[in-house]
This record gives sequence, C-alpha cells and structure tokens, in this order.
Amino acid sequence: MQAKEIEVKGIKNGILVEVKDGDWQTQKDALLQHIDQNQGFFEGAQLVVNVGSRVLKSPDLASLRNALSDREIKLWAVLSTSLVTERTSQDLGLAIMVDQSSPGPEKDPINSLLDGDEAVFLRRTLRSGHKVKHPGHIVVLGDVNPGAELIAGGNIIVWGKLRGVVHAGAMGDTEAVVCSLDLSPTQLRIADKISISPPKKGKARPEIAQLENGQVTARDWSKFTR
Amino acid sequence: MSAKILTITSGKGGVGKTTATANIGAALAKRGQKVVCIDADIGLRNLDVVMGLENRIVYDLVDAVEGRCRLKQAMIRDKYIPNLYLIPSAQTRDKTAVSPSDMIRLCNELRADLDWILIDSPAGIERGFKNAIAPADEVIVITNPEVSAVRDADRIIGIVEAEEKGSPQLLLNRLDRDMVKQNNMLSAEDVVDLLAIQLLGIVPEDKAVLISTNKGTPIVLDEKSPAGQAYRNIARRILGEDVPLLDLDKGSGFFNRISSVFGSGDK
Repeated sequence: MQAKEIEVKGIKNGILVEVKDGDWQTQKDALLQHIDQNQGFFEGAQLVVNVGSRVLKSPDLASLRNALSDREIKLWAVLSTSLVTERTSQDLGLAIMVDQSSPGPEKDPINSLLDGDEAVFLRRTLRSGHKVKHPGHIVVLGDVNPGAELIAGGNIIVWGKLRGVVHAGAMGDTEAVVCSLDLSPTQLRIADKISISPPKKGKARPEIAQLENGQVTARDWSKFTR
Repeated sequence: MSAKILTITSGKGGVGKTTATANIGAALAKRGQKVVCIDADIGLRNLDVVMGLENRIVYDLVDAVEGRCRLKQAMIRDKYIPNLYLIPSAQTRDKTAVSPSDMIRLCNELRADLDWILIDSPAGIERGFKNAIAPADEVIVITNPEVSAVRDADRIIGIVEAEEKGSPQLLLNRLDRDMVKQNNMLSAEDVVDLLAIQLLGIVPEDKAVLISTNKGTPIVLDEKSPAGQAYRNIARRILGEDVPLLDLDKGSGFFNRISSVFGSGDK
C-alpha cells in the first residue's frame, strides 16, 4: 500500500514522521491511514510531523491535530522550513523545534543557532502563551502581552507595549539590546543577566535596555547617545 | 432559519461563563429569538442548575451524540421563557465522550430551526474547550477585572484567533465601579487596552446574580437588577442594535461624576 511513502522514526520524546512532497490532503490521508493500520504503535504517542517546505494555514494543521486527537495521538510539533507554517504551528501552540536525536545519549540542540543577522518580523499582538524563538533578531509591530515570550539570539525591538518576558542575546551575546515604545516587561534578560522592571512613573516613553557594567540598564531613547 | 453559533468561554474558571450563557440565552429568547443553550462542560454539569431545569433532564448531550436519543429529545424547554431550550451535558462521563467533529455535526443538525445556539464552554484549554470552540461562528470571551482572569483571557483570544474564528468579543463581568475608583481594581479601560478586542458589554458586580443562579431564575427577568439590565443590553448588541455602553453606568452618570471630582478633595 502507500505505507512506503511515510517515514517514521523514534526520537527522544515522541515519534517523528516525515511527510513527502505532494498534495497535502493526499499525504495527510495517507498518514492517517498509516496510523490506523498501526494503531498500537501510535496510540498515546506524541507526534512530530516534518512537512518540509509546505505552506500550511491554521485550518490545515488544526484538521490534522483534530484527526490525530480523535485517534488519541497528540500532535506535539510541526517542523517546517516555511516561516508561515512555523508561525501557524506556534499559533496553535505546537512546538517548532524538537530534539531529533534518537532516544539515547543526549546532544546539545541549541549549538548551531546564531547565524548571521537574520530577523523575524511579526506584525501582530503576541498574547499570553505565544512563544517566539529565533536565532537572529526579533521585531514586533504590536504589543507583547504578559505571558508571551520572545527569545532572540540577537536584538529585540517591540514597536508597542512590551509586557511579556524577553531574552535578547540568548546565546550569550552581551552586546544585544531590547527596545520598546513602552518597556515594562515581566522579565528582561540579556545574555545571562536577568532583571525585572522597576515600577514606572508617568507616561511611557520609548526606551532601550542593554548591559552596562554587567547590569541591565534601560535608558530613555531620546537621550540615548547612538 | 439558520442559527448562528456563539461559544462563551474564558480560560479561567469561575468568571461567569455559565451565568452569562443562561442570561444571554434568556435575553435573546425574550426578544423572540429561538435559542438553545448547550452545556459543553461534560462531567461538571452546571447550566441546568443555573437555568433551574435540573429535574427535567431525561437525555443529555452525550446521549444525543451517541445516538441513544434524537436531538429533539435532549432539548429541554425552559420553564419561564418559550423559545428557550437547554441541551444539558452528561454528569457521569468526561470530556473525551464527545469530539470536536461530533459537536460540529450536532450543531449543524440544530441550525435549521433555530436562531441562536449558545455553547457554554468548560474552563481550560484542553479537549472540552476545543469541543466547545469547534462549531463556533463567533466567540465571546468573558473575564473579570482580575489580573489572572485577564491573563487567561489573553491566552484564549490567541488560541481563538489561531483557529481562524475571527476576533472574539469581550464581556467584562463583575466590575465594581467603586473599587475601580479607589484604584483597587482593574478598570474596563485597563482590560480592553491589554486584550485589544471589541468590548461587547460590561456586567456590574451585583449580589442579585448569585441569588438568581441559586434559584434557577435568570437575572434578566429582574427588571431592577443592574446586571440583568447589562445582559439585556448585551443581547440587543448581539442582535445588531447599537446600545451605548454608558447605558450600564446607571447611578454614576455625568452629573454624579462631576460632583465626585469636587467631592474627592475633602474626603
């Protein structure tokens, strides 16, 4: 049957399935059929689906997730090289990075991250439960609400209110900065330094936070010497 | 007729989902709409108690889904308002008894001869919530002016948006204007500013609500209660009428507010 089309691999905390190129609907049906034929193997599992470069929207992934949950399988993560698909997965609360090593000796998954000056641009409000992780910079046009998390290898810029948790220079870059129109994060981390916002007085002003003598320091943007 | 499906949800428990479902349902039915309220909280059945219909239950949602009865048989007619029905949830089962696709199928079957289907969602973001949200045309997120409730509402809004149900509407429940004035409670502005979605209505804190839910009589039938008035206005807004929010601000209208500004100095 079509079972050959589907590559299944056991990884550390679940099962990784590679979906081959071709029409999504057909491939999805083939996957579900494969699962139905091997029910005992999949039941109760956490599934990671690698969809390659496919661009998938919420209904596509939601229908897969629902079909899987009807079979008592948890869709844990969707891996993709498409940014759109990655964002969709994050919106649905799915992971987009998993440790793909076989169950067994541990490897460091984060090592190969910071690479050049790439940035992601998000034009939306990030709400509680949203988590954005990027090896380069993160730019948000919108608010970052409490309970949301931004983790960047480089800098973080929020053109809006920043009230969630942010971590700039997450791979150890002590030169990283965090800028926002209203800088009141739940927690602000730069490299390995962790800080919380002091109580604010008066109207919000754009600020920039960076490390000065090993201390996270926020300064008024208008007085900041560039 | 083709009913519109409204799901009422919150994330956090105890903020007033069930009370809101019962009262919006009652207020819509009072305006001549044919309404069914579905209790999607399988295993923790409440809506029947709040609507005062507990002793009339013969069949429930799970019976209907599993084909032990026809859908019509699971619909209980309200004792006060004609046109208002309840489909109760099962008390002896759990959330997994029903799947999101079951809910969609059931609601589609109901659509034809109703105006509104209201779904009372369970708290949380797991299976029960997903069941409640799956068939929704529109979603109402309810919250209290409390930091924890607002945080959960924010999470829920994110999930609803990701499911491409459109932007949900906000119902702010149990606002105590005196506490807001004393800076002891988040104001409506604070909440709306953070959640950034359309405000459907504000229900003021009102002790009469507790009495009415215990008695199983909807507060909307109480002409004097401010909360009842708020729910009646919310129903009118759902029906597309333009009812100003200020209407809810009974007792602290324009003149009151000026005097309170002057008065604050000598307290």
